[in-house]
Amino acid sequence: MRIDCCHCGPRGNEEFVYLGDATLERPPADPAAPLDEEARTRWHDYVYLRDNPAGPHRELWQHVSGCRAWLVVTRDTRTHAILKVESARDVALARAVFGS
Amino acid sequence: MTDPSAKTSPGDGGAGSPPPCGEGSGLGVAKNSVRESHPTPNPSPSRGGGAARMRGGESWRLRQGGLVDRTSAHTFSFDGRGYRGHAGDTLASALLANGVHLVGRSFKYHRPRGILTAGPEEPNALVELRSGARREPNTRATTAELYDGLEARSQNRWPSLKFDLLAVNSLASPILSAGFYYKTFMWPAALWERLYEPLIRRAAGLGRASGADDPDTYEKAFLHCDVLVVGGGAAGLMAALAAGRTGARVVLCEEDFRLGGRLIAESRVLDDQRSSDWVARIGAELAALPNVRILARTSVFGAYDHGTYAALERVNDHVATPPEHEPRQRFWHIYAKRCVLAAGAIERPLVFGDNDRPGIMLAGAVRTYINRYAVAPGRRAVVFGTTDETAQTLSDLARAGVSVEAVVDPRAEAPAGVEAAAKAAGARLVAGGAVMRATGSLHVHGVDVRTAAGETVHIACDLVCVAGGWSPSVHLASHKGARPVWSERIAGFVPDTPPAGMGVAGAANGDLGLADALAGGARLGLAAAGDAGFDGQPVELPKVDGESTGLTPLWRVKGTRGKAFVDLQNDVTDKDVALAEREGFRAVEHLKRYTTLGMATDQGKTSNVAALVLMAELTARSIPQTGSTTFRPPYAPIAIGALAGEHRARHFRPTRLPPSHRWAQEQGAVFVEAGQWLRAQWYPQAGEADWLTSVNREVRTVRERVGVCDVSTLGKIDLQGPDSAEFLERLYINGWKNLAVGKARYGLMLREDGMVMDDGTTSRLAEQRYLVTTTTANAAKVLQHMELCHQWLWPDLDVQFCSVTEQWAQFSIAGPRARDTLRKVIDGQHDISDAALPYLGAAELTAMGGVAARLFRISFSGELAYEIAVPAGHGDGLIRRLMEAGRAFGIAPYGTEALGVMRIEKGHVAGNELNGQTTARNLGLGRMMSRRKDYIGRVMADRPGLTAADRPSLAGFKPVDRDQRLRAGAHFVREGARPVLASDEGYMTSVAFSPALGHWIGLGLIAGGAARHGERVRAYDPVRHGDVLVEVCDPVFYDPAGERLRG
Repeated sequence: MRIDCCHCGPRGNEEFVYLGDATLERPPADPAAPLDEEARTRWHDYVYLRDNPAGPHRELWQHVSGCRAWLVVTRDTRTHAILKVESARDVALARAVFGS
Repeated sequence: MTDPSAKTSPGDGGAGSPPPCGEGSGLGVAKNSVRESHPTPNPSPSRGGGAARMRGGESWRLRQGGLVDRTSAHTFSFDGRGYRGHAGDTLASALLANGVHLVGRSFKYHRPRGILTAGPEEPNALVELRSGARREPNTRATTAELYDGLEARSQNRWPSLKFDLLAVNSLASPILSAGFYYKTFMWPAALWERLYEPLIRRAAGLGRASGADDPDTYEKAFLHCDVLVVGGGAAGLMAALAAGRTGARVVLCEEDFRLGGRLIAESRVLDDQRSSDWVARIGAELAALPNVRILARTSVFGAYDHGTYAALERVNDHVATPPEHEPRQRFWHIYAKRCVLAAGAIERPLVFGDNDRPGIMLAGAVRTYINRYAVAPGRRAVVFGTTDETAQTLSDLARAGVSVEAVVDPRAEAPAGVEAAAKAAGARLVAGGAVMRATGSLHVHGVDVRTAAGETVHIACDLVCVAGGWSPSVHLASHKGARPVWSERIAGFVPDTPPAGMGVAGAANGDLGLADALAGGARLGLAAAGDAGFDGQPVELPKVDGESTGLTPLWRVKGTRGKAFVDLQNDVTDKDVALAEREGFRAVEHLKRYTTLGMATDQGKTSNVAALVLMAELTARSIPQTGSTTFRPPYAPIAIGALAGEHRARHFRPTRLPPSHRWAQEQGAVFVEAGQWLRAQWYPQAGEADWLTSVNREVRTVRERVGVCDVSTLGKIDLQGPDSAEFLERLYINGWKNLAVGKARYGLMLREDGMVMDDGTTSRLAEQRYLVTTTTANAAKVLQHMELCHQWLWPDLDVQFCSVTEQWAQFSIAGPRARDTLRKVIDGQHDISDAALPYLGAAELTAMGGVAARLFRISFSGELAYEIAVPAGHGDGLIRRLMEAGRAFGIAPYGTEALGVMRIEKGHVAGNELNGQTTARNLGLGRMMSRRKDYIGRVMADRPGLTAADRPSLAGFKPVDRDQRLRAGAHFVREGARPVLASDEGYMTSVAFSPALGHWIGLGLIAGGAARHGERVRAYDPVRHGDVLVEVCDPVFYDPAGERLRG
């Protein structure tokens, strides 16, 4: 498998490590706010629940033996086709700005 | 070949009579003379033969032709007997040139077996190659390149190849049928391990591994190219040429040691040139192109995602021992933008009675032996074929002087070409007939043929050429899961949709004719180069003579007697397939597992198609409905050594050495692997009886005087930027904003699920600069975690950090005389008094006369202690200076054992307690959890289950009888309770003998933790017969007030 790192270009998968689902968002965490049932459920799902989609999936990979950047890789889980590679930081910044 | 009638009666086995070879037959034997056995090894002139007797010359070698180097003379041995061959031979062709057909015994029934094929698909001719530590079992004689001195042995026979006692298995075949190991030898169960399994293992199986370390080396290497061409036959050569001429970077991999594929196995004419000459010309042009790399002896054995291919180059398998500094084999990772698969096709044998006798060979293989190796595999042949290529076989046999006794073509009307060729060869043509059964045992000596009229006639022969059609080598096109589709035209599976970036040309694509293969290769080669960005002109195709590739498949001769093998390697017969069907194993994958058909080294290359067609017939399904089994890498067997490459023994996982390693070696330290590091465990001194004596002495030295320990292995991360404090706030459970410059603080970080991830001290070196330390084991994990947090969770935080673990050497100086020792090493202008650098102070200063240094007043041992860091290159110098400086105070180095003893005495948690199942509260560190901020793990750590009072939590343990030894791993049960799982209350995590207290102490996790202080429980350890009554106590055994470290 080859991943086209947005900083380093195409590299073999042995240079990368996989973390998992990049569509999860860490729930808001205000230490002053009481933790209600809904918040508990959100946290539980964030930490433990993972979908197992057949098809394009956005996932976090790190180019650990290269530039060490975390990447959001869109991969088709059925074919391993890699549809898009983005810098995780850029994705996260855009998300923060647009609140998506 | 001389008069074909010279040897009229092919040698059947009988009472050990020789195979039909030239020995004693007057065919050139005299010249080579029979070398009688020597009492001692004879070093020359026959090196390969050794003590072996030299057999007669190559009586079966044709007088001319072929691609062997007749000027070379290679001697080799098979089962201890010496033979001769040439450069350019395989072991199989050389054996056949010497008339040796019997080369092995079959897997289950121990039936005599010969050479079926001339390539990697060989199911029978598996031999042990070489001897001693280099002995390699299951080597295919058909691909093993002959070299001078080659040693080979047959396998799976006892006591000898010609007389194998275990051939009685054939008589027991009713109980050895498909799935026998699921049905028989099952009862009584007690006999399975002791009797049945050893017996079956002895009887079945293939070769023996050497059992010794492999003395050779293997390499991994990487290649990038625009176009990868797999296979150097007609299609592959044209593809490489078309792509190569565009300037694209082309890699051409050929499994064989010679390019050409079927072009050198057949006698064809291209552009008025003999096919082998044409191959040489094209090969020369390719070799001259600077952008083309030809890898011969290289099998591409796996196709993976995104144009990644795995290939094995047999760099030095064709010599006795690799030259110095050269690997035996090289494992290539090939990254190709485009690939042309031109892997050819594999011929199928036919299924009839006793179709496994030595001397029964694939017709294509017979043509290979004649054309390429100039070997006649027999003198009197019967050709049994279902394809139009029979004409080619007949003409090649005739040219080789082999008399053709009969041509059996199951088609009612044999094609005109076959009929004409039979006439030309003077052979009887039996159209609409079939070979029912072969006769002979150690060698075929005839066939029973049923004619179209239904008569059975016996025809004597010593060679049966069988041709059942061709199976395209679709493996690489299917490795990613694409199923091939059935083609009625060629009666075989062809690739349907090859993976992205791959085109399939030639016979691999079902284009069996030469003209089609050449055209397909040229077209796909050009297209592949074009896709990779290289344009060029189409290559002019060579003119070729016409041919007919028609066939009418015959999957099984019905009504035969004797065993009709479908899979020769696994001894699976047509009856086994029928039995599997009757017993419900009808899916092809079930058929494979139940009968073992298609397993082992050949993976059913010659057998799978026939088997699944038989199953389709039996179940009245179509072939597409029946389907094919899954193709998985590797295409051919790959040695584990090649996959491991350089990563063997100590190189499997290289060890990191701390800066004081050389010095510690000089001290005679005992080392231990701690994670990736090799660390000094203790430093024995003369007269010390055991490790405990040394460790106790080291601990006492620290507690009473001063000790030094290399702690460079701790992870160090340099964190900078305006948001550094905020970053730490979110990473750690405790607060950082009030940490002043020049101060250090202990921190604890959690995983998001609330469990402790790691701990360590962090020092604030400047307003916006921190030095974070991690445990040795988690250094890489914590850095990665921080990178994820920074880049993904909090990209708005303005921080930068990197690992500086290897940039700094760091030593712990601990003990009452620590400051006195350091005073002599730290440059004089720096004040390191207790007032200037109190407990948990951190300073940047210089040491040893101007060397940049950092000094941290932190203590793991509980004594007055510092950690001093200098650039790693100064580490060796610093340890020597420290030892010198501390000599007057009685300094001694201490290792990881003493370090561990002192941290247990102080109740500090380490890896044994930070085990991924403990929370901060479980470790007695709950009060560090800040309530005023968010941090990783905060929410989940508060889950009810994790905050329950009965969670196993940290406590100290002392044996009630102070003389008793404690063991880590012992489980706690209440006094009087039965020691069963239900009464388990936790376990001991760390133990040490405390020199200060004079008895064993332990740390452990026990339900209730601190609330149990004063209670007595059993520390129960049935594995090591331990059952010790212990007292639960505070985990801080030594100086609980912490007065010493502030001294």
